[in-house]
Amino acid sequence: MSKSLEVVLPTENGLHARPATKFVEMASRFSSDICISKDGTSVSGKSVIEILTLAAEYGSKLLISAEGEDEEEAVEALVKLVEKSFQE
Amino acid sequence: MEIKKGIPVSPGFVVRDAFVLDSEEVRIPQRFIEPDEVPGEIEKFEKALSYACEEIEGLRDQAAKSVGPEYGAIFDFHKAILEDKQLKKEVEARIKNNKFTAEYAVSRALRKQAKSLGSVENPFFSQRVDDIYDIEKRILRSLIGQRRESIKELQNEVIVIARDLSPSQTATLEKTKVVGFATDAGGRTSHTAIVARALGIPAVVGLGAITSDVSGGDVVIVDGTNGLVIISPDERTLKKYRTLESDFKDFQKKLAILFDKTAETIDGYRLKLMANIEFPEEVDSALSAGADGVGLYRTEFLFSDHSTPDEDAQFRAYREALKKMGDRPVVIRTFDLGADKAPGDIGLMRESNPFLGCRSIRYSLLHIDLFKVQLRAMLRASPFGNLRIMLPMISSVDEVRRTKVLLSDVMEELREQSIAFNPDIEVGVMIEVPSAALTVDILAREVDFLSIGTNDLIQYSLAVDRVNERVADLYQPVHPAILRLLREIIQTGKSHGIDIAMCGEMSAEVIYTILLLGMGLDVLSVTPVNIPEVKKVIRSVTMKEARETADIVMHLSDAKSAESFLRARAHKIVPWLA
Repeated sequence: MSKSLEVVLPTENGLHARPATKFVEMASRFSSDICISKDGTSVSGKSVIEILTLAAEYGSKLLISAEGEDEEEAVEALVKLVEKSFQE
Repeated sequence: MEIKKGIPVSPGFVVRDAFVLDSEEVRIPQRFIEPDEVPGEIEKFEKALSYACEEIEGLRDQAAKSVGPEYGAIFDFHKAILEDKQLKKEVEARIKNNKFTAEYAVSRALRKQAKSLGSVENPFFSQRVDDIYDIEKRILRSLIGQRRESIKELQNEVIVIARDLSPSQTATLEKTKVVGFATDAGGRTSHTAIVARALGIPAVVGLGAITSDVSGGDVVIVDGTNGLVIISPDERTLKKYRTLESDFKDFQKKLAILFDKTAETIDGYRLKLMANIEFPEEVDSALSAGADGVGLYRTEFLFSDHSTPDEDAQFRAYREALKKMGDRPVVIRTFDLGADKAPGDIGLMRESNPFLGCRSIRYSLLHIDLFKVQLRAMLRASPFGNLRIMLPMISSVDEVRRTKVLLSDVMEELREQSIAFNPDIEVGVMIEVPSAALTVDILAREVDFLSIGTNDLIQYSLAVDRVNERVADLYQPVHPAILRLLREIIQTGKSHGIDIAMCGEMSAEVIYTILLLGMGLDVLSVTPVNIPEVKKVIRSVTMKEARETADIVMHLSDAKSAESFLRARAHKIVPWLA
C-alpha cells in the first residue's frame, strides 16, 4: 500500500538547497518511507543531497510518494508544502 | 577502475598510492581497519557527525545573530546534509562491508555525491558541490584531528593529485617522495609540467576533474607518455603498468648509454640535437643527455621577482652556462615576456590582449635601458664560450635592424671601457609570428640563424589559445597549414644557406621526429629529458625513409590522418606510444 500525488514545482529557482532542506525537514517528521520522482528517476525524500541531484527546475512535474503508517498525511503535507513554494 | 584522459606533459609510467592535495593539504592517513574494529569505527563516525552538527548549529546561531536570520539558512543546508540518513547509511555500509576507516568511508561517500551533483548543468545545483567538500573537511577534521599528514612530511612515495600546483606548493614538496603528478587544470607550459620534467617524473595535467574522483590512498597509475590516469586499476591493468614502469626505467638506462653517440641516421645523416633550458643548473642535465649545445636558453627567470636584474647577475648566469658547454653553441634568447611579468612598475600595465601586445622584442625595444643591460651582459659573457643571441617574436626585419644598432652601441661602450667581448657574435631570430615565417628570405639576409618556435607559430597561425580548454584540441602541429609554413621556412632558409633549428615543443615529441628530419631541419632543440628518445628515433631510420614520410604527410589533407600515420610509424621504434 502506498500513496502518491503529483505536483508541479512553482519555485523560481527550482528545488535547490533551501527548499530541499525544508522538504527534508518536513519529510523527516513522518515515519513512512518517502520518495520524490522526476522523469522516472526516484530519490529518497529524506536525503537532501539526493533531492538536489534531481535538479528539478521551475515547472517540473514531481511525483511524491510515501509508504508506511502515516503515508496519507505525509504525501498531503509535502504536496501542500511544495504548492506553497516551501513557505511554512 | 576509471580511466581519465588529460594532457601528457612529462613521459613515463608510475603506479603508486595517491596523495590528494586539497586546500588544507590534509591526507587521509589510513584506509582500512580490521574487522573487529568496525563497531568502534562506526561509533567514531557518529560522534564526529554529531560534533560537526554542533559546530554548524553554533555557526548558524552566530550568523543569525550578527548578520541576520537569512544568513543562518545555508547552515541549515549543511546540517541537513550531516543529518542525511542516506549518507549515513552509505558511510556505515562502507565501514562495515569494505572495512574502510571512517575518514576514508566519509570521503568516498561524499565524493560520490559530489560527483553526481557536479555533473548537473544548472549551476544552482552544481555549485553546491563546494558545500559538500566543506562538509567533508568538517567531518574529517573531527575524525582525524591531530593525525594529519602534510606534504612536507611524506613517509612513502606517492603520486600527488591536485587541482593545480602553485610554485609555493611545489617548493615545499618532499621531492624524493613524489613520483608523479596529476592535476585538474594546467597545460603543457604550466608550472606542474615544468617541475615534472625537471624532476624527470611522469605527469598528466588538464584532466578536468581528477581531485573529485580520487581519495588519498587510492592506487593510481599515471601514464605521462600517453596522457592517461587510471584510478583503482584492475589486476590486469595493474600488471601491465607495473611492467611498463620497470621496462621504461630500463629503457631510460639504455637511452642514457646513448649519451655519447651522435644523433645520426642509419645512412649517416647528422642532425644536431640541442637542449632547451631555463636555469644554468639545467646545463648539467643537457650535458649528461649528450646535447650538442643549448638551442634555447630562456632568460625570463632572471626577471622573476619583478626587479630589474643586475647586469652582473645576468653576466654570471650566462657565463656559467657557456663555461660548462665548452665550445658547443649556447643560444640565449632575449627577454620574452609580456608587460605583466616585467620588472618595476611598468609591469603594472594590463593589456586586454597580451598575446598580441607589447611583449618580447617589442618590450625590449621600448625599454632600451633594460635591453642594453641584457645585451651588455651577453657581450661580456661572450668570450667565455660560443654564445649566440636570439631575438623572440620577430615580426619584421626592422626589429632586427634596430637591435643591431643597439648592439653596436653597446659594443662601442664596452670598447671604451676596455671590456672584452666577441665582436663577431652571431645573432639569430625565432620564427614564431606568421609574418616572419612568410618573409624568411628577407630575414635570412640579415641574421646568422633561425629557430622555429612552434608553440606560438601554431597558435598565431591557427588562431588558437592552447591553454583555453574549449579550443585546445584545435591546436594541431601537423595541420596542413603548419606543415606548409614549415616547409616554406626550411626551404627558403636553406636556399639562403642559413641553419634552421626548431626549439618549440613539437621538436620534443617523438611522433614528429621522423617528419621533421625528413623536412630538412638542421637542429632540434628539446628539453634534456627528451633528448635520448629523440636520438633513438633518429638513429633508427634512414634519411630516405624520413623524406618519404615527410612527402606522404605533406599530401594528407587533415591533421588527424597525419597524426595517426606518424603515430603508427613512431610506434615501431618507441613501442609504448599508445
